[in-house]
This record gives sequence, C-alpha cells and structure tokens, in this order.
Amino acid sequence: MINHSKPIAMLLLVCAFVLNACSGSTSSEVRLQGAGATFPNPIYQKWFSAYNQSHPNLKFDYQSIGSGGGIKQISERTVDFGGSDAPMKDEDLKAAKGEILHIPTVLGADVITYNLPGVATELKLTPEAIAGIFLGNIKHWNDPQIASANASVNLPASEIVVVHRSDGSGTTFVFTDYLSKVSAAWKEKVGVGASVNWPAGLGAKGNEGVTGQVKQTPNSIGYVELIYAEQNKLPYASVKNSAGEFARPALDSITAAAAGAAAQMPEDLRISITNASGTGAYPIASFTYLLVYKEQQDQSKGKALVDFLWWAIHDGEQMAKDLLYAPLPSEVVKRAEAKINSITNQGKPLRTS
Amino acid sequence: MNSMSPASANTHRLSSFFLKRRGRLADQLFKLITLLFALAIAGLVVLMIVEMARDSSLSFEKFGPSFIWREVWDPVREQFGALPFIYGSAVSSIIGLIIAVPVSIGVSVFLVEHAPRSLSTPISFLVQLLAAIPSVVYGLWGIFVLAPLLRDTVYPRIQSTFGFLPLFKGTPNGLGLMTAGIILSIMIIPIVTAVATDVMRAVSRTQPEAALALGATKWEATWIVIQNARSGITGAVILGLGRAIGETMAVTMVIGNRAQISASLFDPSYTIASAIANEFTEATTETYRHALVELGLILFVITFVINAFARLLVWGVTRGQGKGAHA
Repeated sequence: MINHSKPIAMLLLVCAFVLNACSGSTSSEVRLQGAGATFPNPIYQKWFSAYNQSHPNLKFDYQSIGSGGGIKQISERTVDFGGSDAPMKDEDLKAAKGEILHIPTVLGADVITYNLPGVATELKLTPEAIAGIFLGNIKHWNDPQIASANASVNLPASEIVVVHRSDGSGTTFVFTDYLSKVSAAWKEKVGVGASVNWPAGLGAKGNEGVTGQVKQTPNSIGYVELIYAEQNKLPYASVKNSAGEFARPALDSITAAAAGAAAQMPEDLRISITNASGTGAYPIASFTYLLVYKEQQDQSKGKALVDFLWWAIHDGEQMAKDLLYAPLPSEVVKRAEAKINSITNQGKPLRTS
Repeated sequence: MNSMSPASANTHRLSSFFLKRRGRLADQLFKLITLLFALAIAGLVVLMIVEMARDSSLSFEKFGPSFIWREVWDPVREQFGALPFIYGSAVSSIIGLIIAVPVSIGVSVFLVEHAPRSLSTPISFLVQLLAAIPSVVYGLWGIFVLAPLLRDTVYPRIQSTFGFLPLFKGTPNGLGLMTAGIILSIMIIPIVTAVATDVMRAVSRTQPEAALALGATKWEATWIVIQNARSGITGAVILGLGRAIGETMAVTMVIGNRAQISASLFDPSYTIASAIANEFTEATTETYRHALVELGLILFVITFVINAFARLLVWGVTRGQGKGAHA
C-alpha cells in the first residue's frame, strides 16, 4: 500500500509544482498538509482556525491518523508536517528523506482513572502499585501495596479490572515508557510501545473507549489523557514522583515536569519526560511534537510553515490551557525558537523577522 | 425511376447489411464490455490475494506456517502468531450461531407455515430492519446496556448453576467471548432468517400437503418441509457464519480485546477482524504491519471458503427445487 502511494504522491507533488509555477509570485493560496497524532488534534484545529483568520491565504489540512502514521507520512514527504507524541527513533530519522526537526508544541499527561464505588477520597498510587496492577500481580483493591499509601481510604476487597487501550496509541507509548522506567519487571516482561502485549486486563478502543469502560465497570482502573477523565468527571489518582511526593495531574504539574527535564534536553529536543525529576512534577507526561524538514523544498510553503510554528509556540500557547493542554515552559520555547530559526530553503533561513 | 431501382435496391441491401453488421458489432462490443466487467471482479479478487501475500511476506519469512498456531502477540519484541485471534473469531461466531440458528429457523417456520399475511409482512420487515442497524450502534448498545445487564444479572446466575464447568469460571466483567457471541447472534439473525425463509418457500408443497391429507399433524408436515430444505438452511447458517466471522466494530467493543486462549467464555478474547482494525494505524514496524496483513489474508481465505461452501449448498436446493416443481 505504501509503495503504491509513492507514485501518487509524486504526481501530486508535480501537480503542486506546476500549479505554483502557473500562479507565479502573486500572493496565492498556500495549502499546508499535515498528518499524525490524535492527542493534540483539538488544539491544532483551534490553532489552524485562529491563524487562518489573520492569514486568510493559508489553509491547513491535518489528518489525525495517529503518531505512527504521522511519522510514516512525513518520512515519505507526502505531507508538509507530521505530528507525533513520541519522538522519532534513530532508525526512522535515518530512513527519512532529509533531516527532520522536532518542534515541541504542547504537553499532555496520562492520568490513572478508576471506578471505585463508595470511595470518594482521591487515591494515591506509588509507581510500584501501578506497575503491579498493570502487570496483573496486584489483583485486589485492598492489597497492602495500594493500601499503604491510602491509609484513610476504606478500600474494598474486590478484584481489580484493568482497562487498557486496544488500538495502537501515543497514550499507551507514554504510559509504557513510564512503567519501564519505574519497574524492571515491566521493562523485561512487556517493554515500551504504542501497542504492547498486555499481561492483564481488557482492551478498549480509543481514549473514549477506555473512559467509557472504566465509567461503567465497577472496580476498574485505566489510563487516559487528562482531558478525557476531566470531561467525564472521573476521579484520577495522584502519582508518587521521583522526588518522593504525590503529584496530582494538573496543567501546572505537567509543565513543571517539562521544566525539570528541560536542562537535560538534548540538542535535537527528543526527550521523554516521564518520571521527570523536580518538585511538583507529574511523572506520566510527555511533549507532543510537530515534525518538519529542516530544508524546505518549496519557498512559499516553507515560509508559511515557519511563521506558523513561531506563532504557535508563542501566541498559540496562550490557548492551550483552555483546552486542558499544558503550555511549554519558557526554557523549552527558547530551544524550539532556535530550531525554527534553523529551517531553510535552498540553504537560506526562512525566518526573517 | 426504372434505371434507379437496381441502385436503390443495392443501397438498401448495403445499408441493411451495415445495420445488421452494426447491430452485431454493437452486440459483440457490449458482450465484450460486460465480459470485461465480470473479469474485473475476478481480477480484483486475485489482485487482493496477490497484494496481501506480497504485503505479508516479511511475517511469512520470519514465522513460516507456524504463524497460524503460535499463541504470542507481542508488538514490542515483534513476535506474532494468529492462533488466539483465529480461536476468538471461531468461538464467538459459533456462540452466535448456537443462539441465532434456532431463533431464525423458528421465525422462518412461523413465517412460512403459520403466520397470516397480516402478521408475516410486518415481522419480516422488522427482521430486515435489524440488518439495517449499523454495527457500531450494536457495539454501543453492547457496552452500555447489554454488558452491564449480563455482568450483573445473567452471568452470576449461569455461574451459580454451571459454575463447576471450566466454560463458566472466572470473574465475569461483562466483556468477553460470550457477550461478543450474543451480539453477533442478534446481528446474524436477519440474514439467516431471510435465506431460510426463502429456501423453505422454495421447496415443494406437494409432500407436506400429501402428508397432511394422509392425516399427518401440522408438526409432522412442517418437519418434512425442514427436512427438504435442510441443505438450504445449512447454507443460510453458513452465510450467517461468514457474516459473524468478519464483523469488526460491534465485536471489538464488547470482546475485551485480549489475545489469549482461555477456557472460560466469560474471559476477554480477540478476533482477527478487531485486531486489524485496532492495530493497523500504529503498526509502525514492517514486520508488525506484515503480520497484520497476514492475519487479513487468513480471514480472507476463511470467509472465502465459508461463503463458497454456503453458496453451493443454497444453489443445490434452489436448482433441485426448480426441476422438482416441473416434474
């Protein structure tokens, strides 16, 4: 399938070039195509429509097909930008048709949500308890590993129903990445991935599937993006971070996790911030990235893209909190600025002002 | 006029010749075009098989035929096997059939043998209506209505009576093979009923009527109809099986999506179709993608064989009946 899409993509590219050549230098419509992660889709759509109001000639088309699809499409150059929750792997970067940059846009977090009839107090979970539950080793709610951190809560003796994602997902990637860091058993038995071989539980499709399943199954536990638990009024647990304190998932504690990790951020900005150090940091969080080529082939498209990215990490960040995304900490914005400034067309930087 | 006549006759002959020729040519052309369409369908099937075989080559190279009976599905370590999915597809479909077939045949017998026209029309209409409900709606209903009902009322009762059987062990949480089978049974009742009704209407009336005339009861006469229609009914059942085994959306919402083979029908399971639908978008490595395509190929072959078998059986009845009616 992929092989067949290549010639079509080439044809489209050729068409695009011909059309551009015909329209010449007059300020014609520029269309930027993107594909990738579903998690940031709501904020991206908001950005596109807001940016489009000040730039009516620029049209966006973002297909939220999943991070894996986004990486594949940007690697094949069938889109102008990709979206991914997990940073690209080294071998994927090598396979791409040119140098790809990671521009962090916003932050998200997986929350551990649960349905415990009769328990009104918010639970506190240690990394050991979370790993034990999802490994299937902790089978009952009143297990000492859960109870020890929740002395004031009267936990039932009922069996735990674990709910996880059945479809491949960036949410799962972040969650398994976290578990692999805090549990050697998890790392060895299961590992990290957008879909993994779950040792326990039921699979449900999508964040909305897991949310629905937890909501209607008593004694269940699952992981979803913060916004889904919030919108469905499901309770979520505070998680013990590497500094030893229980952090409640909230926009500030997610940004705190990113700020804590910023110092160790590598040159290419690819970093996992799960289990981040730093006080107040919520440990199951991640950046989501836009993926763009460093060398843009089309001058007008490249220019439009670079200006949009600049706008997104500055003005765009103001809109994040309304949609329950955590904005980038200022030190990460500075690093992203440098990346955007390095984008070129025929070797010339596209960002001028 | 006279001098013109041979020429005009010639012209007439010539034009009628061309008309005929053109008519024949058009016929030929039309035949050729329709032949092309027909061949395109066959070509499409062949192309699909070739494409799927090509796109599953990596997984085939790595696992060989053992892919079919391996039990592991681990995308992280790239170890894949199809057995849990084949098991889940087969068992959920069989449960669906066990529930749907008696109901469907009962409905068909009622419609053909007993129902007055004023009742048979609305009932067949309602049965057909079941087929028109999108499967995602069945799935939603399954999650929010059926699963809690089964979990809280039906399954505990089954367990208290038959709990000693391994089939009904474990803690039922409402999602699993059994629930998937029940949803599937509702989804295949329309097709099984429709085909079974047609087949029963098609078999000869002479035998049951003769039996009634000789003093047989209504039940005995009905039994003759069922006997005569049995291969057609088998065909209907297998068509239902074909539908059940390929169902994706409704099943994935209630089956629990867990690649395991467990004796208990209350445990979660997974089907081939749901696995493909769930995992294809994020199948980022080549081997993973190829393994999913190979699953698709297995499903394709299974449904192909099932449907071919069903068609043969249904044709057998209707053709045999055509001859019988004239004799």
